[in-house]
Amino acid sequence: MQLWRHYHLAQSIPDALRALAEAEGPASIIAGGTDLLLDLEQGRRSPVHTLVDVTRIEAMRVVEIRNASLFVGAAAPLNQIVASPLVAEHAQALNEACALIGGPQVRNAATLGGNVAHALPAADGTIALTALNAQAEIATQNGRRLTPLIDLFLGPGQSALNPQEEMLTGFLLPLRARGEASAFRRVMRPQGVAIAILNMGVWLRREGDRIVKARISVGPSGPTPRRLRATEQALCGRSPTSQVLAEAAQTLLREARFRTSRHRATTTYRQHVAAILLEETLLTAWERAGAG
Amino acid sequence: MLNKWKLDTWITLTFGRDQAATCNTAHNKTPMSPHTISLTVNKQAIIVEVDPSETLAQLLRNRLRLTGTKIGCEEAECGACTVLVDDEPILSCVYPAVRAQGRRVLTIEGLAPNPRAGELHPLQEAFVTHGAVQCGFCIPGQIMTAAALLREKPHPTGEDIRKALKDTLCRCAGYPTIERAIQAAAHALRTGEPVPPPTCPPSSEPLYAVGKLHKRPDALEKVTGEAKYTDDLHFPGMLHAKVRRAGVPHAIVQRIDVSKARALPGVAAVLTAEDIPGECNHGLVVYDWPSLIGEGERVRYVGDALAIVAAETPELAEEALALIEVELDPQPVISDPVQARRPDSPKLHENGNLLKHIKVRKGDPAKGFSEADIVLERTYHTATTDHAFLEPECAIARPTEEGRLEVYVGSQIPYADRHQIARVLGWPEERVRVVGQLMGGGFGGKEDIAGQIHAALLAVATGRPVKLLYDRHESLIAHPKRHATQIRVKIGARRDGSLMAVETELYGDTGAYASLGEKVMTRATTHSAGPYEVPHVRADCYAMYTNNPPAGAFRGFGVTQSAFAIESMMDELAERLGMDPVELRRKNALRVGGVTNTGQVLRESVGLLECIEKVEDEMRRRADGDPFEPKTPPHAPHLRRAWGLAVAYKNTGLGGGAPDKARAEVELFEDGTLEARTSSAELGQGLVTVIQLIAAEALSMPPERVRVLVMDTDLTPDGGPTTASRQTYVTGNAVRMAATVLREGMARTLAERYDRPPHEIRFIEGLAHVNGHKVPLGEVARMMKAEGREPRVLYEYWAPETKPLGQGGDMHFAFSFAAQAAEVEVNTLTGEVRVLTVIAATDAGKVINPLGYLGQVEGGVMMGLGNALTEHFILEQGRPFTDRMARYRIPSIVHAPEIISIPVEHVSKDGPYGAKGMGEIVSIPTTPAITNAIYHAVGVRIDRLPVDQEQIALALAARSAR
Repeated sequence: MQLWRHYHLAQSIPDALRALAEAEGPASIIAGGTDLLLDLEQGRRSPVHTLVDVTRIEAMRVVEIRNASLFVGAAAPLNQIVASPLVAEHAQALNEACALIGGPQVRNAATLGGNVAHALPAADGTIALTALNAQAEIATQNGRRLTPLIDLFLGPGQSALNPQEEMLTGFLLPLRARGEASAFRRVMRPQGVAIAILNMGVWLRREGDRIVKARISVGPSGPTPRRLRATEQALCGRSPTSQVLAEAAQTLLREARFRTSRHRATTTYRQHVAAILLEETLLTAWERAGAG
Repeated sequence: MLNKWKLDTWITLTFGRDQAATCNTAHNKTPMSPHTISLTVNKQAIIVEVDPSETLAQLLRNRLRLTGTKIGCEEAECGACTVLVDDEPILSCVYPAVRAQGRRVLTIEGLAPNPRAGELHPLQEAFVTHGAVQCGFCIPGQIMTAAALLREKPHPTGEDIRKALKDTLCRCAGYPTIERAIQAAAHALRTGEPVPPPTCPPSSEPLYAVGKLHKRPDALEKVTGEAKYTDDLHFPGMLHAKVRRAGVPHAIVQRIDVSKARALPGVAAVLTAEDIPGECNHGLVVYDWPSLIGEGERVRYVGDALAIVAAETPELAEEALALIEVELDPQPVISDPVQARRPDSPKLHENGNLLKHIKVRKGDPAKGFSEADIVLERTYHTATTDHAFLEPECAIARPTEEGRLEVYVGSQIPYADRHQIARVLGWPEERVRVVGQLMGGGFGGKEDIAGQIHAALLAVATGRPVKLLYDRHESLIAHPKRHATQIRVKIGARRDGSLMAVETELYGDTGAYASLGEKVMTRATTHSAGPYEVPHVRADCYAMYTNNPPAGAFRGFGVTQSAFAIESMMDELAERLGMDPVELRRKNALRVGGVTNTGQVLRESVGLLECIEKVEDEMRRRADGDPFEPKTPPHAPHLRRAWGLAVAYKNTGLGGGAPDKARAEVELFEDGTLEARTSSAELGQGLVTVIQLIAAEALSMPPERVRVLVMDTDLTPDGGPTTASRQTYVTGNAVRMAATVLREGMARTLAERYDRPPHEIRFIEGLAHVNGHKVPLGEVARMMKAEGREPRVLYEYWAPETKPLGQGGDMHFAFSFAAQAAEVEVNTLTGEVRVLTVIAATDAGKVINPLGYLGQVEGGVMMGLGNALTEHFILEQGRPFTDRMARYRIPSIVHAPEIISIPVEHVSKDGPYGAKGMGEIVSIPTTPAITNAIYHAVGVRIDRLPVDQEQIALALAARSAR
């Protein structure tokens, strides 16, 4: 059975948008394809008429400083992101998350755009980007716009993007200032579904022995990737002592909605792991922030 | 009408193609839009038209016939399809071919600088000389991934290698050897020096050929991509088959309507149960497995076949499947063996749900328990697991002009395939020829019929060759698994540790059909008190039919399950007695003169005590203080490390009164080469090397001059099933005897020619020494022919007779023994478990082939580790949840611990040069060694497999909260 009938190797963003708009049936952007093709083949997604390949669009593959932000192209392969000194400098959480996805063969093809476009509540790249307060750059026939990443998600697997008119072209992340740092951690299970039981991204700004600002994302803790704002608040202005961390963990457990997933983890275990991840991820970011 | 390709322009073509159009009439009016792409493949520029949905793997394999690139899963999990695109490794199974436009693609066939001249890349050479090649199916992917790594990191650390090969799976799992081979190749590439040789030790007493390091005869073709597995074969006019499966675990078939499928253009045949010319059922012991389920008949598991289709393309066959209309009347599902035994459960087979009640009785258990100072009891559960051989099942049936049928298939029992195929066709067996192909792993999972009969039925119906290839999803659903078990163990001992009585009760889930269930569960039962001398034993096993996929042979054959139970219990007992767990085992271990549960007196070759001693020494040497006390590594207060130990024994051969014989033939040629032939199966384990070395030894000729031909029912005599760790012993003896008789024949000829007594003739390194002359063996072959003697001997070897269970005496003619110690590291916060080290001492008698031996040890340990930590074939009311490789997870190189193999060579008098079986024993003690180590590290007793990190974490959390 042909799951798509037309494959367009786009050469530019306008070319890709045109191909999307002019497709004679349902169309989809394809980047690495390591998830999308399997979703099509295994029937998790209905067949499409046209696939628009964006992997050759140079503007979507760059990782660079742009207007005092870090720009990461949506079609940059994960290995390129992992290897980028800019990402290592400004977005440690993203570097760590991308290094954990798949093996090298998958990372040579898979992209951050694909990771986000799938809108899964515990995608490693997405969780890291959420903690890093990323904005998504979206191209339409009418030009480009920026939107907070978090607004792209409607529900599990449901993206707010209009697939025939809009495409994700990249992500803008604030540059890291002195006293700021981030970290990403996850816990897996060796059997069954190869998706993190729980993953977490933490960004923080440190002044002396106090956290002055923090962003924490955790997945899966609801239908979409999300920030834990009450937990962030609970940490602000405080030093991450075990007492403070224990209190923050209590806030986190009240705030996050952990569920039991079949053959993956129970709510109880997720709650247990969340407290451990919070301590480990937060302290890693804290140490990094202190180191400059 | 190809469009011209231009460097900077991507032209999307929109013209139609006849074939593409006919393929797609069903659901779209617009035609497919093919692309003309230009790329280089292995340094050759090519321009080719590709379909939009074609993957690079399909382009390479099906159209460029570069079949070295393998398809293991088609879901970006296994890495077998890895090729390099612009020097970077990618998975060609999820890489649209269109995307290769303008790229440089390198496959295994093009890796060597000058492949046509027979040159090898250092990686290819190192994989061959180090013994990293076993079944070979994953090897192209391993080598290509490693090639990319070495380009980037000429001096890789072990960590670099593990990161790079993280998702390139090897089920033979010689991961440590693969790592060493890559390091050796890296050295050669860096320095320009030859590839360093392996450090694997030979047998403690090497003979002329046996016991020394040799290259596998089939390794070369496996590293160059030349090796052909069944799916790599193409025949003109070949059709492609697909199977319509029931998809429900239990139902009565009301109606099957194939008329629409038959009417689809391009469909050559659609067959149902009505179309079977012979007997419908197949099976290895019991003919209870219908090839096709007809109207009014019972569906017993999701994989049951209702109809089969042959069409011009796999896509068309798939489309035809969707047009088959089926009505099923769902029935209540029996999802576990305990439920199956309840009197009110529905009956799945005519004789009910009990396949077999197996009993072992020795002494008087009631008396034993009453004399015991301590009695413990616990129930253990083991999971269903899948073989996950990397090569999914494939069969090609091809009618010949003479009216026969050839079936190309990777099968562990070619003659049983022939018998079962002929039976369903209603033909005499001789009319069918099974031509065994290289196998990408079997592990017991290629003993039963998979697609052989379906392909045969369709080939006979259409008169054309038919290929039936399973994808990973179908493979996981359809083929028999390892039995899930529930095992209750009651053990009684004296205060000094002497075992007084063991009582076990086992339930085995044999699934929908018998397969080898009765044999597997018999082995589980007879071995369920461990390799110990126990005066009073009672074991009862209920092998039950359920609506789960059938369960059959899987490396370890039931003993994997019962060893986990008894070895866990032995550790618990040691703790309760306040005794060292090694000491408890040593005290009760079987030794020469000991009597097994089934009443067999062990007269020789019992190396268990030495295995224990060797493992204990090495473990204590490495451990810091008491190996069973938890240690916290520096700077990691949340981690605990400890060791665990377990022992096992496993029969060699069929045993239990079954006649166990093998035939082998040797033939000497005038060019001085010898061919050894037997139908026994090479599934990666290295039988061809073993046969080669045994024949070479028996004739004192260089192994390179011995060719081995296997698995062809026309050309090779019946070596019997490749199961029960029997081939080295049984077929090995057949080859040895055939070669010995040939040698005697040669001696007779030379004796007459030179007028010397035969005993004066010596055979040394391929030459016959007689009366001062050195005669090449080819010359001897000529002499024999001149005398009218054929330099060819067929020998049928009968293994020593065995007795059925319950009659006492020798139930088996040999046993192998093993002890293993595992060091684990448990994360006390998350419950995650890592295995750091495994020390494996194995008594498999003489080491015939040291590299193959090491490969079996490493792979066996990894499989046992998977059984403990990663593998769980999850069923929900008869429906597989783990129906993809992404969900059925097997160990990768990142799971591989350091593995130390210690051969213990207690030779067996009747084994070839003293060898016993070893394929299974190496895998059996690993799981309980790991779970015992977990207990020593954190005090959580694992009584259910696989290990659940959640259970560990929550138990520890509850404990610290107290």
